[in-house]
Amino acid sequence: MKSHKELELISNQLRIDIIKAISRAKSGHPGGSLSAIDIIVYLFFNEINRTKDNAFSPDRDRFILSKGHGVPALYAVFAKLGLISYEELMNLRVLGSRTQGHPSYLDLPYVESSTGSLGQGLSVGIGIAIAGKLDKKNYNVYTMIGDGEMQEGQIWEALLSAPKFKLDNLCVILDYNKSQIDGYVKDVMNLEPIKEKLIAFRWNVIEINGHKFNEIEKAINIFKQTKEKPTFVIAHTIKGKGVSFMEDNVEWHGKAPNEEETKLALQELQKLLESNG
Amino acid sequence: MGKSTRLAFGETLALLGEQYPNIVVLDADLSKSTMSNLFAKKFPDRFFEMGIQEANMIGISAGLALSGKIPYACSFACFITGRYDTIRVSVAYNKANVRIIGTHAGIGIGEDGTTQMGLEDISLMRSLPNFNVCQPCDEIETRELIKYSVNHVGPMYIRLTRQNLDKIFDENYKYEFGKGVQLTDGNDAVIFATGALVSEAFKASKILKNKGINLRVINIHTIKPIDKEIIIKSAQECKLIFTAEDHNIIGGLGTAVAEVLCENYPSRIIRIGLPDVFGESGTPEALYKKYGFDSESLARKIESHLKEEKQ
Repeated sequence: MKSHKELELISNQLRIDIIKAISRAKSGHPGGSLSAIDIIVYLFFNEINRTKDNAFSPDRDRFILSKGHGVPALYAVFAKLGLISYEELMNLRVLGSRTQGHPSYLDLPYVESSTGSLGQGLSVGIGIAIAGKLDKKNYNVYTMIGDGEMQEGQIWEALLSAPKFKLDNLCVILDYNKSQIDGYVKDVMNLEPIKEKLIAFRWNVIEINGHKFNEIEKAINIFKQTKEKPTFVIAHTIKGKGVSFMEDNVEWHGKAPNEEETKLALQELQKLLESNG
Repeated sequence: MGKSTRLAFGETLALLGEQYPNIVVLDADLSKSTMSNLFAKKFPDRFFEMGIQEANMIGISAGLALSGKIPYACSFACFITGRYDTIRVSVAYNKANVRIIGTHAGIGIGEDGTTQMGLEDISLMRSLPNFNVCQPCDEIETRELIKYSVNHVGPMYIRLTRQNLDKIFDENYKYEFGKGVQLTDGNDAVIFATGALVSEAFKASKILKNKGINLRVINIHTIKPIDKEIIIKSAQECKLIFTAEDHNIIGGLGTAVAEVLCENYPSRIIRIGLPDVFGESGTPEALYKKYGFDSESLARKIESHLKEEKQ
Protein backbone atom coordinates (compact mmCIF):
# COMPACT_ATOMS: atom_id res chain seq x y z
CA MET A 1 0.00 0.00 0.00
CA LYS A 2 1.32 3.41 -0.92
CA SER A 3 0.43 6.69 0.73
CA HIS A 4 -1.57 9.19 -1.28
CA LYS A 5 1.53 11.38 -1.42
CA GLU A 6 3.56 8.53 -2.91
CA LEU A 7 0.79 7.81 -5.43
CA GLU A 8 0.70 11.46 -6.44
CA LEU A 9 4.43 11.38 -7.02
CA ILE A 10 4.16 8.24 -9.16
CA SER A 11 1.28 9.71 -11.20
CA ASN A 12 3.21 12.87 -11.95
CA GLN A 13 6.34 10.89 -12.89
CA LEU A 14 4.21 8.82 -15.23
CA ARG A 15 2.65 11.96 -16.74
CA ILE A 16 6.18 12.82 -17.87
CA ASP A 17 6.63 9.33 -19.36
CA ILE A 18 3.28 9.57 -21.17
CA ILE A 19 4.19 12.89 -22.79
CA LYS A 20 7.65 11.60 -23.74
CA ALA A 21 6.26 8.39 -25.26
CA ILE A 22 3.54 10.13 -27.28
CA SER A 23 5.96 12.82 -28.38
CA ARG A 24 8.46 10.22 -29.60
CA ALA A 25 5.71 8.27 -31.38
CA LYS A 26 4.58 11.54 -33.00
CA SER A 27 1.00 10.35 -32.52
CA GLY A 28 -1.29 9.19 -29.74
CA HIS A 29 -3.86 10.47 -27.27
CA PRO A 30 -2.42 12.66 -24.48
CA GLY A 31 -5.70 14.19 -23.22
CA GLY A 32 -7.41 10.96 -22.20
CA SER A 33 -4.17 9.39 -20.94
CA LEU A 34 -3.56 12.28 -18.54
CA SER A 35 -7.16 12.29 -17.30
CA ALA A 36 -7.05 8.55 -16.55
CA ILE A 37 -3.60 8.13 -15.03
CA ASP A 38 -4.44 8.87 -11.36
CA ILE A 39 -7.18 6.24 -11.25
CA ILE A 40 -5.05 3.64 -13.05
CA VAL A 41 -2.13 4.32 -10.70
CA TYR A 42 -4.35 3.94 -7.64
CA LEU A 43 -5.80 0.64 -8.87
CA PHE A 44 -2.51 -0.96 -9.87
CA PHE A 45 -0.50 0.13 -6.83
CA ASN A 46 -3.07 -0.08 -4.05
CA GLU A 47 -5.70 -2.56 -5.22
CA ILE A 48 -4.59 -4.92 -7.95
CA ASN A 49 -1.00 -5.16 -6.68
CA ARG A 50 0.22 -6.50 -9.97
CA THR A 51 3.67 -8.05 -10.17
CA LYS A 52 5.38 -10.11 -12.84
CA ASP A 53 4.79 -13.19 -10.69
CA ASN A 54 1.05 -12.81 -10.22
CA ALA A 55 0.33 -11.34 -13.68
CA PHE A 56 -1.28 -14.55 -14.98
CA SER A 57 -2.62 -15.99 -11.77
CA PRO A 58 -6.23 -17.15 -12.21
CA ASP A 59 -7.01 -15.34 -8.94
CA ARG A 60 -5.71 -11.94 -10.03
CA ASP A 61 -7.83 -8.82 -10.11
CA ARG A 62 -8.35 -7.65 -13.68
CA PHE A 63 -8.20 -4.19 -15.19
CA ILE A 64 -9.54 -3.62 -18.70
CA LEU A 65 -9.02 -0.30 -20.38
CA SER A 66 -12.11 -0.22 -22.55
CA LYS A 67 -11.17 3.28 -23.73
CA GLY A 68 -8.17 1.74 -25.47
CA HIS A 69 -6.81 5.03 -26.84
CA GLY A 70 -5.72 5.96 -23.30
CA VAL A 71 -3.23 3.09 -23.35
CA PRO A 72 -0.06 5.20 -22.91
CA ALA A 73 -1.20 5.64 -19.29
CA LEU A 74 -1.50 1.88 -18.89
CA TYR A 75 1.87 1.18 -20.52
CA ALA A 76 3.48 3.79 -18.25
CA VAL A 77 2.11 1.92 -15.23
CA PHE A 78 3.32 -1.41 -16.65
CA ALA A 79 6.81 0.05 -17.07
CA LYS A 80 6.80 1.44 -13.54
CA LEU A 81 5.80 -2.02 -12.26
CA GLY A 82 8.55 -3.66 -14.32
CA LEU A 83 6.12 -5.65 -16.47
CA ILE A 84 7.61 -4.03 -19.56
CA SER A 85 10.86 -2.13 -19.94
CA TYR A 86 11.13 1.64 -20.12
CA GLU A 87 12.47 1.18 -23.68
CA GLU A 88 9.30 -0.65 -24.65
CA LEU A 89 7.22 2.20 -23.29
CA MET A 90 9.28 4.64 -25.34
CA ASN A 91 8.80 2.39 -28.41
CA LEU A 92 5.09 3.16 -28.30
CA ARG A 93 3.51 2.56 -31.73
CA VAL A 94 6.82 1.47 -33.29
CA LEU A 95 6.80 -1.39 -35.82
CA GLY A 96 7.32 -4.70 -34.04
CA SER A 97 6.70 -3.33 -30.54
CA ARG A 98 4.39 -4.92 -28.00
CA THR A 99 3.22 -1.41 -27.12
CA GLN A 100 0.75 -1.18 -29.99
CA GLY A 101 -1.22 2.02 -30.62
CA HIS A 102 -4.21 0.44 -28.90
CA PRO A 103 -4.05 -2.50 -26.46
CA SER A 104 -3.32 -5.80 -28.17
CA TYR A 105 -3.86 -8.83 -25.96
CA LEU A 106 -1.89 -11.27 -28.11
CA ASP A 107 1.09 -8.91 -28.19
CA LEU A 108 0.94 -7.91 -24.53
CA PRO A 109 -1.36 -10.11 -22.41
CA TYR A 110 -1.10 -7.79 -19.36
CA VAL A 111 -3.80 -5.64 -21.01
CA GLU A 112 -6.30 -8.53 -20.38
CA SER A 113 -8.20 -7.82 -23.63
CA SER A 114 -7.67 -6.03 -26.91
CA THR A 115 -9.66 -2.81 -27.00
CA GLY A 116 -9.83 0.33 -29.06
CA SER A 117 -13.04 -0.19 -30.94
CA LEU A 118 -15.12 1.62 -28.34
CA GLY A 119 -17.94 0.04 -26.41
CA GLN A 120 -16.56 -3.49 -26.13
CA GLY A 121 -14.37 -3.74 -23.04
CA LEU A 122 -17.23 -3.62 -20.55
CA SER A 123 -18.88 -6.72 -22.04
CA VAL A 124 -15.55 -8.56 -21.86
CA GLY A 125 -15.24 -7.45 -18.23
CA ILE A 126 -18.71 -8.81 -17.49
CA GLY A 127 -17.68 -12.15 -19.01
CA ILE A 128 -14.63 -12.30 -16.75
CA ALA A 129 -16.76 -11.34 -13.74
CA ILE A 130 -19.30 -14.08 -14.52
CA ALA A 131 -16.45 -16.60 -14.85
CA GLY A 132 -15.20 -15.49 -11.42
CA LYS A 133 -18.64 -16.16 -9.92
CA LEU A 134 -18.88 -19.56 -11.66
CA ASP A 135 -15.46 -20.58 -10.34
CA LYS A 136 -16.12 -19.09 -6.89
CA LYS A 137 -13.04 -16.89 -7.17
CA ASN A 138 -12.59 -13.75 -5.14
CA TYR A 139 -11.09 -11.55 -7.82
CA ASN A 140 -12.52 -8.20 -8.84
CA VAL A 141 -12.84 -6.83 -12.35
CA TYR A 142 -12.23 -3.14 -13.02
CA THR A 143 -13.21 -1.68 -16.36
CA MET A 144 -12.50 1.90 -17.32
CA ILE A 145 -14.72 3.41 -19.99
CA GLY A 146 -14.58 6.81 -21.64
CA ASP A 147 -17.40 9.34 -21.72
CA GLY A 148 -17.50 9.47 -25.51
CA GLU A 149 -17.43 5.68 -25.45
CA MET A 150 -20.56 5.70 -23.31
CA GLN A 151 -22.51 6.79 -26.39
CA GLU A 152 -22.02 3.30 -27.88
CA GLY A 153 -25.07 1.04 -27.89
CA GLN A 154 -23.12 -1.97 -26.64
CA ILE A 155 -22.28 -0.08 -23.42
CA TRP A 156 -25.98 0.24 -22.66
CA GLU A 157 -26.55 -3.43 -23.41
CA ALA A 158 -23.79 -4.18 -20.94
CA LEU A 159 -25.15 -1.73 -18.34
CA LEU A 160 -28.55 -3.41 -18.60
CA SER A 161 -27.10 -6.90 -18.20
CA ALA A 162 -24.55 -6.68 -15.34
CA PRO A 163 -27.17 -6.09 -12.58
CA LYS A 164 -29.11 -9.16 -13.80
CA PHE A 165 -26.13 -11.32 -12.90
CA LYS A 166 -25.59 -9.55 -9.55
CA LEU A 167 -21.96 -8.88 -10.37
CA ASP A 168 -20.69 -7.31 -7.16
CA ASN A 169 -17.19 -8.21 -8.36
CA LEU A 170 -17.47 -5.70 -11.21
CA CYS A 171 -16.49 -2.04 -10.91
CA VAL A 172 -16.88 0.28 -13.90
CA ILE A 173 -15.04 3.58 -13.78
CA LEU A 174 -16.11 6.36 -16.11
CA ASP A 175 -13.23 8.68 -16.97
CA TYR A 176 -15.55 11.67 -17.32
CA ASN A 177 -13.24 14.26 -18.85
CA LYS A 178 -16.13 15.89 -20.70
CA SER A 179 -14.72 15.98 -24.20
CA GLN A 180 -14.28 13.81 -27.26
CA ILE A 181 -12.79 14.25 -30.74
CA ASP A 182 -15.55 16.40 -32.20
CA GLY A 183 -16.05 18.62 -29.14
CA TYR A 184 -17.59 18.63 -25.68
CA VAL A 185 -19.60 15.52 -24.83
CA LYS A 186 -22.57 17.67 -23.84
CA ASP A 187 -22.67 19.08 -27.39
CA VAL A 188 -21.71 15.98 -29.37
CA MET A 189 -24.20 13.63 -27.67
CA ASN A 190 -25.07 14.53 -24.12
CA LEU A 191 -24.92 11.72 -21.55
CA GLU A 192 -26.59 13.55 -18.69
CA PRO A 193 -28.14 12.81 -16.35
CA ILE A 194 -25.70 9.91 -15.96
CA LYS A 195 -26.20 9.23 -12.26
CA GLU A 196 -29.99 9.02 -12.53
CA LYS A 197 -29.72 6.72 -15.55
CA LEU A 198 -27.36 4.37 -13.74
CA ILE A 199 -29.50 4.31 -10.59
CA ALA A 200 -32.51 3.48 -12.75
CA PHE A 201 -30.42 0.66 -14.25
CA ARG A 202 -29.93 -0.70 -10.68
CA TRP A 203 -26.23 0.06 -10.29
CA ASN A 204 -24.43 1.12 -7.12
CA VAL A 205 -23.40 4.60 -8.25
CA ILE A 206 -20.58 6.67 -6.71
CA GLU A 207 -19.50 10.12 -7.90
CA ILE A 208 -15.94 11.32 -7.25
CA ASN A 209 -13.15 13.62 -8.32
CA GLY A 210 -10.95 11.25 -10.33
CA HIS A 211 -7.77 13.10 -9.47
CA LYS A 212 -8.11 12.90 -5.67
CA PHE A 213 -6.68 9.69 -4.24
CA ASN A 214 -8.73 9.85 -1.05
CA GLU A 215 -11.92 9.95 -3.13
CA ILE A 216 -10.75 7.14 -5.42
CA GLU A 217 -9.89 5.05 -2.37
CA LYS A 218 -13.25 5.72 -0.75
CA ALA A 219 -15.10 4.71 -3.92
CA ILE A 220 -13.17 1.44 -4.24
CA ASN A 221 -13.84 0.64 -0.59
CA ILE A 222 -17.57 1.20 -1.06
CA PHE A 223 -17.43 -1.04 -4.15
CA LYS A 224 -15.77 -3.82 -2.17
CA GLN A 225 -18.37 -3.64 0.58
CA THR A 226 -21.35 -3.61 -1.79
CA LYS A 227 -23.04 -6.95 -2.31
CA GLU A 228 -25.35 -8.25 -5.04
CA LYS A 229 -24.95 -5.32 -7.44
CA PRO A 230 -22.24 -3.93 -9.68
CA THR A 231 -20.62 -0.56 -8.96
CA PHE A 232 -20.33 2.39 -11.33
CA VAL A 233 -17.92 5.16 -10.41
CA ILE A 234 -18.49 8.48 -12.15
CA ALA A 235 -15.01 9.96 -11.95
CA HIS A 236 -14.95 13.65 -12.86
CA THR A 237 -11.60 14.30 -14.49
CA ILE A 238 -9.83 16.95 -16.51
CA LYS A 239 -8.71 16.11 -20.00
CA GLY A 240 -4.95 16.71 -20.31
CA LYS A 241 -4.62 17.08 -16.52
CA GLY A 242 -1.20 18.40 -15.49
CA VAL A 243 -0.27 20.28 -18.65
CA SER A 244 -1.87 23.74 -18.61
CA PHE A 245 -2.29 24.16 -22.35
CA MET A 246 -3.78 20.69 -22.74
CA GLU A 247 -6.24 20.91 -19.88
CA ASP A 248 -9.87 20.85 -20.95
CA ASN A 249 -8.80 21.48 -24.52
CA VAL A 250 -10.43 19.22 -27.10
CA GLU A 251 -7.53 19.82 -29.49
CA TRP A 252 -5.39 17.51 -27.37
CA HIS A 253 -7.61 14.45 -27.64
CA GLY A 254 -5.54 12.71 -30.27
CA LYS A 255 -2.57 14.87 -31.15
CA ALA A 256 1.08 14.48 -30.21
CA PRO A 257 2.93 17.57 -28.97
CA ASN A 258 5.68 18.87 -31.26
CA GLU A 259 9.22 19.46 -29.99
CA GLU A 260 8.49 22.92 -28.55
CA GLU A 261 5.19 21.83 -26.97
CA THR A 262 6.86 18.76 -25.50
CA LYS A 263 9.53 20.93 -23.89
CA LEU A 264 6.90 23.21 -22.37
CA ALA A 265 4.81 20.30 -21.14
CA LEU A 266 7.78 18.54 -19.57
CA GLN A 267 8.88 21.79 -17.84
CA GLU A 268 5.43 22.14 -16.29
CA LEU A 269 5.30 18.51 -15.23
CA GLN A 270 8.80 18.72 -13.77
CA LYS A 271 7.68 21.67 -11.64
CA LEU A 272 4.65 19.70 -10.52
CA LEU A 273 6.93 16.84 -9.54
CA GLU A 274 9.19 19.15 -7.55
CA SER A 275 6.17 20.53 -5.72
CA ASN A 276 5.39 16.91 -4.73
CA GLY A 277 8.74 17.00 -2.96
CA MET B 1 -35.13 -37.45 -43.58
CA GLY B 2 -32.70 -36.82 -40.74
CA LYS B 3 -32.69 -34.03 -38.19
CA SER B 4 -31.86 -30.38 -38.69
CA THR B 5 -28.25 -29.59 -37.87
CA ARG B 6 -29.41 -27.11 -35.17
CA LEU B 7 -31.21 -29.94 -33.36
CA ALA B 8 -28.19 -32.24 -33.63
CA PHE B 9 -26.10 -29.39 -32.23
CA GLY B 10 -28.41 -28.79 -29.25
CA GLU B 11 -28.61 -32.49 -28.40
CA THR B 12 -24.87 -33.00 -28.65
CA LEU B 13 -24.03 -29.95 -26.56
CA ALA B 14 -26.42 -31.09 -23.84
CA LEU B 15 -24.60 -34.44 -23.78
CA LEU B 16 -21.13 -32.88 -23.72
CA GLY B 17 -22.05 -30.62 -20.81
CA GLU B 18 -21.69 -33.56 -18.47
CA GLN B 19 -18.14 -34.38 -19.49
CA TYR B 20 -16.89 -30.80 -19.86
CA PRO B 21 -17.74 -28.55 -16.90
CA ASN B 22 -16.06 -25.60 -18.66
CA ILE B 23 -18.67 -25.44 -21.41
CA VAL B 24 -20.95 -22.43 -21.02
CA VAL B 25 -23.76 -21.48 -23.38
CA LEU B 26 -25.22 -18.07 -24.16
CA ASP B 27 -28.25 -17.21 -26.22
CA ALA B 28 -30.03 -14.02 -27.23
CA ASP B 29 -33.71 -14.91 -26.78
CA LEU B 30 -33.66 -17.60 -29.44
CA SER B 31 -32.74 -20.67 -27.41
CA LYS B 32 -35.90 -22.49 -28.46
CA SER B 33 -34.88 -21.99 -32.10
CA THR B 34 -31.13 -22.49 -31.90
CA MET B 35 -31.84 -25.53 -29.65
CA SER B 36 -29.44 -24.29 -27.00
CA ASN B 37 -32.45 -24.69 -24.66
CA LEU B 38 -31.60 -28.41 -24.46
CA PHE B 39 -28.36 -27.46 -22.68
CA ALA B 40 -30.16 -24.80 -20.63
CA LYS B 41 -32.63 -27.34 -19.22
CA LYS B 42 -29.84 -29.67 -18.12
CA PHE B 43 -27.31 -27.08 -16.95
CA PRO B 44 -29.17 -23.93 -15.92
CA ASP B 45 -26.16 -22.58 -14.00
CA ARG B 46 -24.00 -22.65 -17.11
CA PHE B 47 -26.58 -21.17 -19.46
CA PHE B 48 -26.83 -17.40 -19.80
CA GLU B 49 -29.94 -15.85 -21.25
CA MET B 50 -28.70 -12.53 -22.65
CA GLY B 51 -31.95 -11.18 -23.99
CA ILE B 52 -31.84 -9.54 -27.39
CA GLN B 53 -28.27 -8.26 -27.02
CA GLU B 54 -26.09 -10.03 -29.53
CA ALA B 55 -23.11 -7.67 -29.30
CA ASN B 56 -23.00 -7.81 -25.51
CA MET B 57 -23.40 -11.60 -25.66
CA ILE B 58 -20.37 -11.88 -27.95
CA GLY B 59 -18.26 -9.62 -25.73
CA ILE B 60 -19.25 -11.52 -22.59
CA SER B 61 -18.38 -14.76 -24.38
CA ALA B 62 -14.92 -13.36 -25.10
CA GLY B 63 -14.45 -12.52 -21.41
CA LEU B 64 -15.59 -16.01 -20.39
CA ALA B 65 -13.16 -17.55 -22.88
CA LEU B 66 -10.28 -15.39 -21.63
CA SER B 67 -11.06 -16.83 -18.18
CA GLY B 68 -10.78 -20.44 -19.32
CA LYS B 69 -14.40 -21.22 -20.20
CA ILE B 70 -15.54 -22.71 -23.51
CA PRO B 71 -18.46 -20.49 -24.55
CA TYR B 72 -20.98 -21.31 -27.27
CA ALA B 73 -22.70 -18.05 -28.25
CA CYS B 74 -25.88 -18.83 -30.17
CA SER B 75 -28.28 -16.91 -32.36
CA PHE B 76 -29.44 -16.79 -35.95
CA ALA B 77 -26.51 -16.57 -38.38
CA CYS B 78 -27.64 -13.18 -39.72
CA PHE B 79 -28.05 -11.56 -36.28
CA ILE B 80 -24.89 -12.85 -34.66
CA THR B 81 -22.50 -12.22 -37.56
CA GLY B 82 -24.18 -8.84 -37.94
CA ARG B 83 -22.33 -7.80 -34.76
CA TYR B 84 -19.17 -8.02 -36.79
CA ASP B 85 -16.93 -5.49 -35.09
CA THR B 86 -17.45 -7.09 -31.68
CA ILE B 87 -16.57 -10.47 -33.17
CA ARG B 88 -13.57 -8.88 -34.88
CA VAL B 89 -12.03 -7.14 -31.88
CA SER B 90 -13.24 -8.98 -28.77
CA VAL B 91 -13.12 -12.50 -30.23
CA ALA B 92 -10.83 -12.70 -33.28
CA TYR B 93 -8.15 -10.16 -32.28
CA ASN B 94 -8.03 -11.68 -28.78
CA LYS B 95 -8.01 -15.18 -30.33
CA ALA B 96 -10.61 -15.95 -27.67
CA ASN B 97 -11.86 -19.53 -27.58
CA VAL B 98 -15.42 -18.62 -28.51
CA ARG B 99 -17.69 -20.78 -30.66
CA ILE B 100 -20.10 -18.55 -32.58
CA ILE B 101 -23.14 -20.63 -33.48
CA GLY B 102 -25.19 -19.25 -36.38
CA THR B 103 -28.39 -21.16 -37.08
CA HIS B 104 -31.07 -20.55 -39.71
CA ALA B 105 -28.54 -20.42 -42.51
CA GLY B 106 -29.59 -19.61 -46.03
CA ILE B 107 -32.86 -19.34 -47.95
CA GLY B 108 -33.59 -22.85 -46.66
CA ILE B 109 -35.36 -21.30 -43.64
CA GLY B 110 -38.24 -20.45 -45.96
CA GLU B 111 -41.22 -18.32 -45.01
CA ASP B 112 -39.61 -15.93 -42.50
CA GLY B 113 -37.82 -14.23 -45.36
CA THR B 114 -34.71 -12.17 -45.92
CA THR B 115 -34.11 -10.47 -42.57
CA GLN B 116 -33.97 -13.85 -40.79
CA MET B 117 -31.72 -15.55 -43.36
CA GLY B 118 -27.96 -15.85 -42.90
CA LEU B 119 -26.80 -15.13 -46.42
CA GLU B 120 -23.46 -13.34 -46.11
CA ASP B 121 -22.20 -14.88 -42.86
CA ILE B 122 -19.59 -17.24 -44.33
CA SER B 123 -18.10 -14.37 -46.30
CA LEU B 124 -17.87 -12.19 -43.19
CA MET B 125 -16.43 -14.81 -40.86
CA ARG B 126 -14.00 -16.19 -43.42
CA SER B 127 -12.25 -12.84 -43.68
CA LEU B 128 -11.40 -12.61 -39.97
CA PRO B 129 -7.87 -13.70 -38.99
CA ASN B 130 -7.73 -16.48 -36.35
CA PHE B 131 -11.24 -17.67 -37.26
CA ASN B 132 -12.22 -21.09 -38.54
CA VAL B 133 -15.48 -21.59 -40.39
CA CYS B 134 -17.41 -24.88 -40.37
CA GLN B 135 -20.70 -26.04 -41.83
CA PRO B 136 -21.81 -29.65 -41.31
CA CYS B 137 -24.10 -31.38 -43.83
CA ASP B 138 -26.15 -33.73 -41.67
CA GLU B 139 -26.92 -34.70 -38.09
CA ILE B 140 -24.06 -37.19 -37.73
CA GLU B 141 -21.46 -34.77 -39.04
CA THR B 142 -22.87 -32.05 -36.77
CA ARG B 143 -22.56 -34.31 -33.75
CA GLU B 144 -18.95 -35.13 -34.59
CA LEU B 145 -18.08 -31.51 -35.36
CA ILE B 146 -19.54 -30.29 -32.05
CA LYS B 147 -17.61 -33.00 -30.17
CA TYR B 148 -14.45 -31.86 -31.95
CA SER B 149 -15.16 -28.17 -31.27
CA VAL B 150 -14.85 -28.53 -27.48
CA ASN B 151 -11.11 -29.03 -27.64
CA HIS B 152 -10.37 -26.86 -30.67
CA VAL B 153 -8.06 -23.96 -29.88
CA GLY B 154 -9.19 -20.57 -31.20
CA PRO B 155 -12.42 -18.99 -32.40
CA MET B 156 -14.85 -20.97 -34.57
CA TYR B 157 -17.90 -20.07 -36.56
CA ILE B 158 -20.36 -22.95 -36.95
CA ARG B 159 -23.21 -22.56 -39.44
CA LEU B 160 -26.36 -24.63 -38.97
CA THR B 161 -29.70 -25.17 -40.68
CA ARG B 162 -33.25 -24.66 -39.55
CA GLN B 163 -34.62 -27.33 -41.92
CA ASN B 164 -34.20 -31.07 -41.58
CA LEU B 165 -31.56 -32.63 -43.81
CA ASP B 166 -31.08 -36.07 -45.30
CA LYS B 167 -28.70 -38.34 -43.46
CA ILE B 168 -25.50 -38.63 -45.43
CA PHE B 169 -23.35 -40.47 -42.92
CA ASP B 170 -23.81 -43.38 -40.55
CA GLU B 171 -22.50 -44.10 -37.08
CA ASN B 172 -19.07 -45.11 -38.43
CA TYR B 173 -18.32 -41.65 -39.82
CA LYS B 174 -14.89 -40.33 -38.82
CA TYR B 175 -14.90 -36.53 -38.80
CA GLU B 176 -11.63 -34.83 -39.57
CA PHE B 177 -11.39 -31.04 -39.12
CA GLY B 178 -10.11 -29.28 -42.24
CA LYS B 179 -10.57 -32.27 -44.58
CA GLY B 180 -13.02 -32.49 -47.45
CA VAL B 181 -15.00 -35.71 -47.76
CA GLN B 182 -15.48 -37.42 -51.12
CA LEU B 183 -18.99 -38.91 -51.24
CA THR B 184 -19.16 -40.29 -54.79
CA ASP B 185 -16.66 -41.31 -57.47
CA GLY B 186 -16.63 -39.76 -60.91
CA ASN B 187 -14.49 -37.81 -63.35
CA ASP B 188 -17.05 -36.13 -65.61
CA ALA B 189 -17.52 -33.30 -63.17
CA VAL B 190 -16.88 -32.48 -59.54
CA ILE B 191 -19.14 -30.51 -57.25
CA PHE B 192 -17.86 -29.04 -54.01
CA ALA B 193 -20.86 -28.55 -51.76
CA THR B 194 -21.39 -27.46 -48.18
CA GLY B 195 -24.20 -27.63 -45.64
CA ALA B 196 -27.72 -28.22 -46.91
CA LEU B 197 -26.58 -28.44 -50.51
CA VAL B 198 -24.48 -31.55 -49.90
CA SER B 199 -27.52 -33.82 -49.91
CA GLU B 200 -28.92 -32.00 -52.96
CA ALA B 201 -25.62 -32.58 -54.77
CA PHE B 202 -25.61 -36.19 -53.63
CA LYS B 203 -29.11 -36.73 -55.03
CA ALA B 204 -28.09 -34.94 -58.24
CA SER B 205 -25.27 -37.45 -58.67
CA LYS B 206 -27.84 -40.27 -58.63
CA ILE B 207 -29.98 -38.53 -61.25
CA LEU B 208 -26.92 -38.01 -63.44
CA LYS B 209 -25.71 -41.57 -62.93
CA ASN B 210 -28.88 -42.77 -64.70
CA LYS B 211 -27.87 -40.63 -67.66
CA GLY B 212 -24.35 -42.03 -67.72
CA ILE B 213 -22.73 -39.00 -66.11
CA ASN B 214 -20.39 -39.63 -63.20
CA LEU B 215 -20.42 -36.72 -60.77
CA ARG B 216 -17.87 -36.55 -57.98
CA VAL B 217 -19.47 -35.02 -54.90
CA ILE B 218 -17.21 -33.52 -52.27
CA ASN B 219 -18.53 -32.32 -48.95
CA ILE B 220 -16.61 -29.31 -47.66
CA HIS B 221 -17.50 -29.07 -43.96
CA THR B 222 -14.52 -26.87 -43.11
CA ILE B 223 -14.61 -23.76 -45.26
CA LYS B 224 -11.67 -22.21 -43.43
CA PRO B 225 -9.05 -23.56 -43.39
CA ILE B 226 -10.09 -25.16 -46.66
CA ASP B 227 -8.77 -28.52 -47.88
CA LYS B 228 -6.56 -27.36 -50.76
CA GLU B 229 -5.34 -30.85 -51.56
CA ILE B 230 -8.73 -32.38 -52.33
CA ILE B 231 -9.72 -29.33 -54.39
CA ILE B 232 -6.59 -29.35 -56.55
CA LYS B 233 -6.65 -33.13 -57.01
CA SER B 234 -10.32 -33.13 -58.09
CA ALA B 235 -9.77 -30.20 -60.43
CA GLN B 236 -6.95 -32.13 -62.09
CA GLU B 237 -9.03 -35.29 -62.44
CA CYS B 238 -12.46 -33.94 -63.42
CA LYS B 239 -13.57 -32.19 -66.60
CA LEU B 240 -15.76 -29.54 -65.02
CA ILE B 241 -15.83 -27.91 -61.60
CA PHE B 242 -18.93 -26.75 -59.70
CA THR B 243 -19.50 -25.32 -56.24
CA ALA B 244 -22.83 -25.22 -54.41
CA GLU B 245 -23.90 -23.39 -51.26
CA ASP B 246 -26.98 -21.81 -49.74
CA HIS B 247 -25.23 -18.42 -49.35
CA ASN B 248 -24.45 -15.36 -51.41
CA ILE B 249 -22.27 -16.23 -54.40
CA ILE B 250 -19.74 -13.66 -53.15
CA GLY B 251 -17.28 -14.65 -50.45
CA GLY B 252 -18.48 -18.14 -49.59
CA LEU B 253 -17.42 -21.65 -50.61
CA GLY B 254 -17.30 -20.83 -54.32
CA THR B 255 -14.94 -17.95 -53.67
CA ALA B 256 -12.80 -20.09 -51.39
CA VAL B 257 -12.48 -22.80 -54.05
CA ALA B 258 -11.68 -20.18 -56.68
CA GLU B 259 -8.96 -18.72 -54.45
CA VAL B 260 -7.31 -22.14 -54.20
CA LEU B 261 -7.54 -22.99 -57.88
CA CYS B 262 -6.54 -19.63 -59.36
CA GLU B 263 -3.19 -19.89 -57.62
CA ASN B 264 -2.62 -23.62 -57.96
CA TYR B 265 -4.51 -25.02 -60.96
CA PRO B 266 -6.34 -22.31 -62.91
CA SER B 267 -9.66 -23.75 -64.04
CA ARG B 268 -13.14 -22.72 -65.02
CA ILE B 269 -15.45 -22.90 -62.00
CA ILE B 270 -19.24 -22.72 -62.16
CA ARG B 271 -20.46 -21.37 -58.83
CA ILE B 272 -23.97 -22.05 -57.60
CA GLY B 273 -25.29 -19.79 -54.85
CA LEU B 274 -27.52 -16.77 -54.40
CA PRO B 275 -26.64 -14.46 -57.32
CA ASP B 276 -25.79 -11.44 -55.12
CA VAL B 277 -29.41 -10.85 -54.15
CA PHE B 278 -31.34 -11.00 -50.88
CA GLY B 279 -33.69 -13.92 -50.25
CA GLU B 280 -37.48 -13.80 -50.05
CA SER B 281 -40.41 -15.60 -48.41
CA GLY B 282 -41.68 -18.92 -49.69
CA THR B 283 -41.56 -22.57 -48.80
CA PRO B 284 -38.00 -23.92 -48.59
CA GLU B 285 -38.78 -26.25 -51.49
CA ALA B 286 -40.12 -23.46 -53.70
CA LEU B 287 -37.12 -21.27 -52.89
CA TYR B 288 -34.63 -24.05 -53.63
CA LYS B 289 -36.33 -24.61 -57.01
CA LYS B 290 -36.40 -20.90 -57.85
CA TYR B 291 -32.69 -20.42 -57.10
CA GLY B 292 -31.61 -23.75 -58.61
CA PHE B 293 -30.46 -25.36 -55.35
CA ASP B 294 -32.60 -28.54 -55.51
CA SER B 295 -31.14 -31.78 -56.83
CA GLU B 296 -33.02 -31.67 -60.14
CA SER B 297 -31.92 -28.14 -60.92
CA LEU B 298 -28.35 -29.02 -59.99
CA ALA B 299 -28.42 -32.11 -62.23
CA ARG B 300 -29.88 -30.13 -65.14
CA LYS B 301 -27.27 -27.42 -64.79
CA ILE B 302 -24.38 -29.87 -64.66
CA GLU B 303 -25.70 -31.83 -67.62
CA SER B 304 -26.15 -28.76 -69.80
CA HIS B 305 -22.68 -27.44 -68.98
CA LEU B 306 -21.16 -30.80 -69.87
CA LYS B 307 -22.98 -30.75 -73.22
CA GLU B 308 -21.76 -27.23 -73.87
CA GLU B 309 -18.18 -28.31 -73.14
CA LYS B 310 -18.38 -31.15 -75.70
CA GLN B 311 -19.50 -28.85 -78.52
